[in-house]
Amino acid sequence: MSTGSADSAHQSEEPEGPTVEFSLSGVRDGYIECVPIALGVAGYGIVFGVLSRQAGLSVAEAAFMSATVLAGAAQLIAIKLWETPIPILTVIGTTFIVNLRYVLMGAALRPWFSQLSPLKAYGSVFFTADENWALTMGKLKSGSHQGAYLLGSGLAIWSFWIVATVLGAIAGGVIGEPAQYGLDFVLTAVFLAIAVGLWEGKSSFLPWITAFSIAVLGAHFLPGRWYILFGGVAGSLVEVIRFDE
Amino acid sequence: MSSVQFDPLVVAVIIGMSAATYVTKAGGLWLLGHINVSDRTEAGLEVLPGAIIISILGPELTSAGPAEWSAAAVVLLVMWRTENVLVALVCGVAAVLLFRTIS
Repeated sequence: MSTGSADSAHQSEEPEGPTVEFSLSGVRDGYIECVPIALGVAGYGIVFGVLSRQAGLSVAEAAFMSATVLAGAAQLIAIKLWETPIPILTVIGTTFIVNLRYVLMGAALRPWFSQLSPLKAYGSVFFTADENWALTMGKLKSGSHQGAYLLGSGLAIWSFWIVATVLGAIAGGVIGEPAQYGLDFVLTAVFLAIAVGLWEGKSSFLPWITAFSIAVLGAHFLPGRWYILFGGVAGSLVEVIRFDE
Repeated sequence: MSSVQFDPLVVAVIIGMSAATYVTKAGGLWLLGHINVSDRTEAGLEVLPGAIIISILGPELTSAGPAEWSAAAVVLLVMWRTENVLVALVCGVAAVLLFRTIS
């Protein structure tokens, strides 16, 4: 979850054209059609569960995080930052920054969701994840009227994500010394795998090399985990500055 | 530690994380009626997750050793060829164990 980059469909004009309905069959279709994708997401969920246990969370706490936060990359980064005492501001601040892309994804839903009642629209967006958002956008753009599709597909991701977290957390509690099994390398490997998914070719090079350099420098000169935010924001700023197509 | 325990501080941090996440998910839906996000800002936001992942990896990898570097290369290669996260993870962990044994 939260791994693919959002190829954001930016609707500059706001047509009142596409009509949407919000029905149980929309929820059901969304759920069923998203199950294969949710199975893939569950793979990350198991890894998150194992790692959250290693970081010191209980099974219940890990499940609670998956149920309420529902943002894969942000949760994995939080686990990476997790230590005693918990760096509260860094964890919550980094979560917010990592998830800023959801602002764009929510914005893209507006032409359709602005016709739904606030409860339906703002309730549905809780279940936004990269995968089911992309699925939903494809559906709506091809002329579907199922406004409940985001909710249904999101419920598929959500339920699989929680179950996988619990399974992983139970397994993670049984495992002893992490380094003995190479588990200390798992989180690095997860981030490497996510990076491959986010790589967009040559255009990614400049922001990424900037982020890399600033982060390495920051880790030397700054306290705590500030280098993560500094590196990330520097990479993003480079993109903002060079953008001129 | 019991597997079903809830530490109040941990719960509070998780609620903070979920609030921060929900603000971003609902924010776009709400905001676009009020503010126009420029293409430039949009491009910057899209780069953020990748840049943050790289920022985590940077110091991690530079402070590691040959065993981790080789295993990292294995993860990249397997992920690139298979696009399967679990397969890439399993290969990476197996590789790091192997390289640590022989180095």
